[in-house]
Amino acid sequence: MTDMHMMPMAVGTRRLQIWRGDLTGGGLEDFDLETEPGMVVLDAVLEIQRSQAPDLAVRWNCKAAKCGSCSAEINGKPRLMCKTRLDHLPPFEPITVEPMKAFPVIRDLVTDVSWNYRVNEQITPFTPRDDLKEGVDVRDGDFLIDQADTDRMSEFRKCIECFMCQDVCHILRDQRMHNRYYGPRFMVRMASLDMHPLDGVDRLDQIADEGGIGLCNITKCCTEVCPEGIHITDNAIIPMKERVVDTHDPLLKVLGRKPNKGRKKPPPRTSDPEL
Amino acid sequence: MAIEHHDYDVLVLGSGGSGLRAAIAAAEAGAKTGLVCKSLLGKAHTVMAEGGLAAALGNVAPEDSWSTHFQDTMFGGKYLNNWRMAELHAKEAPDRARELEQWGAVFDRTPERLMSQRAFGGHTYKRLVHIGDRTGLELIRTMQDRTVHSNVEVFMETTITRLIKDSGRVVGCFGYRRQTGEQISFSAKALVIATGGSGRIYKITSNSQDCTGDGYALGYEAGAELVDMEFIQFHPTGMVFPPGVAGLLVTEAVRGEGGILRNNLGERFMERYDPKRMELSTRDVVARSIYTEVQEGRGSPHGGVFLDVSHLDSDYVKKKLPSMYDQFLELAGVDITKEPMQVGPTCHYFMGGVKVDSDNGQSRVPGLFATGEASGGMNGANRLGGNSLGDLLVFGRRSGEGAAAVANAAGSVSLPAEEIAAAKAEIDGYLNGSGTENPFQMHKELQTIMGDGVGIFRSKEDLETAISKLEGLEARVGNLKAPSNRLDYNPGWQLCREVKNMLTVSQMIARGALMREESRGAHSRLDHTGYSDYWGEHNIVVGREGDEMKHTPTPVAKRDELEELVEARKEAEKAS
Repeated sequence: MTDMHMMPMAVGTRRLQIWRGDLTGGGLEDFDLETEPGMVVLDAVLEIQRSQAPDLAVRWNCKAAKCGSCSAEINGKPRLMCKTRLDHLPPFEPITVEPMKAFPVIRDLVTDVSWNYRVNEQITPFTPRDDLKEGVDVRDGDFLIDQADTDRMSEFRKCIECFMCQDVCHILRDQRMHNRYYGPRFMVRMASLDMHPLDGVDRLDQIADEGGIGLCNITKCCTEVCPEGIHITDNAIIPMKERVVDTHDPLLKVLGRKPNKGRKKPPPRTSDPEL
Repeated sequence: MAIEHHDYDVLVLGSGGSGLRAAIAAAEAGAKTGLVCKSLLGKAHTVMAEGGLAAALGNVAPEDSWSTHFQDTMFGGKYLNNWRMAELHAKEAPDRARELEQWGAVFDRTPERLMSQRAFGGHTYKRLVHIGDRTGLELIRTMQDRTVHSNVEVFMETTITRLIKDSGRVVGCFGYRRQTGEQISFSAKALVIATGGSGRIYKITSNSQDCTGDGYALGYEAGAELVDMEFIQFHPTGMVFPPGVAGLLVTEAVRGEGGILRNNLGERFMERYDPKRMELSTRDVVARSIYTEVQEGRGSPHGGVFLDVSHLDSDYVKKKLPSMYDQFLELAGVDITKEPMQVGPTCHYFMGGVKVDSDNGQSRVPGLFATGEASGGMNGANRLGGNSLGDLLVFGRRSGEGAAAVANAAGSVSLPAEEIAAAKAEIDGYLNGSGTENPFQMHKELQTIMGDGVGIFRSKEDLETAISKLEGLEARVGNLKAPSNRLDYNPGWQLCREVKNMLTVSQMIARGALMREESRGAHSRLDHTGYSDYWGEHNIVVGREGDEMKHTPTPVAKRDELEELVEARKEAEKAS
């Protein structure tokens, strides 16, 4: 047991520049602290909260990269604070920590991400098809599903809803088109539902219309920041764009297209979620 | 300032697996249902559950049955379980698993395209329905989506600081919205506590920030009894390095998939502690074994032992344990397909909780229900891996239906003004009172007391010291004050009530641990190392008499028709 490789673990004083403020404005504030080996940014922020700035607002929960609460922009890039080690950041520069920019700030590092929940309410959850066949789709009430289908859906279902893909999406972040595009997170969700072999709802019109998938011009910024490594653009958005093109061919619209794989239309949506 | 108010038939506190399942059940039973959670929806501690959901479906092992699952659960719990709860759980978990799949959950498959099942400590057969190593997240996301389409109204980032009673009955609760500090009250004909455990009383824990025992303390203050609080599960494998992540869970699935434990001599030490089950012995045994190896000088450089999967195919490891692979690579710089992990015990789960009716989840206080980790009884002295996800589904549903039935039969309720005034005065006091105690500091002190005196191995002397120190904190807890008095997103304010809750919980644990003069399951006394016949027949029930906390030995809730199964298992254990 002598082959344990020890990472070099820098310790010493580091400076963090943390954005403090609210909707009316704010700016970076400097904090210096003694670091410990293996410290992550969230450790540093919580230590500053405990010892220097007790009203510093930060949202966190699991501290294990599983709940997706502590998303922030670290040195300008969206990252989970709990998964970002200080000694993996450039050593002789201050570390900046700012709130996500695609959502309204509440205070300091906490943003109002409730828009995402309003979007999700517009998406009809999984609903089994009416025509499930015994021996093919079900057996004595148990679903029959291939592992290959499971693997395909599972990639999307790894999503921890950190909303960093939404944060970095320029349709939302720069163009603020929250009422016209659901964003990468919900393209992933729609893809996982569309790829479920036993689902009976046709969401393609929704993906194309209210969902606004056409607005995505596949810059892959979302894929780059996903902490779960979901291939958002290649495996969710591009296949869904192709499916939409297949069913939204103007000629097919005139001739009347068949519903997607015999699926039913979802109930009408209640609203276009506003930011 | 006017207090925001809402009326519900059923109000559920907590949005982990049990809370979501209870809310769905209550809403489906026709009750107007609200759900209150301290964090954002979908962030609850259930997302950390990795290994799977134990249900005797028999997809992989056709010989499995509810009765074997029941026996395994009873054996794991060292026969202190509430027999009826263990029975209901074993019988109903398969249907709850199927139901989740029908709600859109996606699980790994067998070659026959059915839900696959994996081996886990203490389970006779391959029994855990799973998806990779993120089964809890799958449950949460599935039920979260079901909930928001079930007419359940959700109050996110809302903290409840007190239950409100009227004429001996729970009729609602009071708290505040974390984002703004605005106060809020709810009336409810039935209220379900689904607030999970209290791992944050220890420094080394796998638990989320939210796990501060709120439901245990609020239920206790409202007059409910709690049971088995001395039994705390230390998960055998948490990360031990780097310090910032110490305690972070390393799923039992690592061992389920073939991971091997070794000490610094390279010995597969489980041969000495449980040669039959080895790495897949029950969690209490593995945790004590690791602790003992470290104490006796055979630990790893960072104070744990080695857990190795490098002999397994590297692609298989990445596919079956993807989040473990990422976690060690990112946080510790260790590639688990090439080198061993270092692991040690971490506070993981509370077997104890609010004592409830096994069938409908109601506590002894009318209108007050509890479920999931917040309730006690199902798991006895030690929980088997995989039984928490089954527990929260089976009893989440039962408590939601139970609460709806009570609510549908109840007349309207209202909140007595003086109760609201008292609740308001408490949280105003944390913000603007004359207190001088810093909640961050007191939390640290509490964690030190519990880690030093009420850990894996316990003794009369250490427990008495801990209790006396806890009494010292008790004398100061009324003097807590947030370091800042701002209303919006104030972490110190939040922590004041949480520290009070955790202190109440810690006292329940320490006093129960002192009373139980034996070693059983997750409770190990250095001064009473064997089983006691008396304690093998008794649970410790905690209740409030006046202002005093009282611990009372109470006979185990048995059931005649299950006697044969239990005796058969005891005989089989003796024979082996």
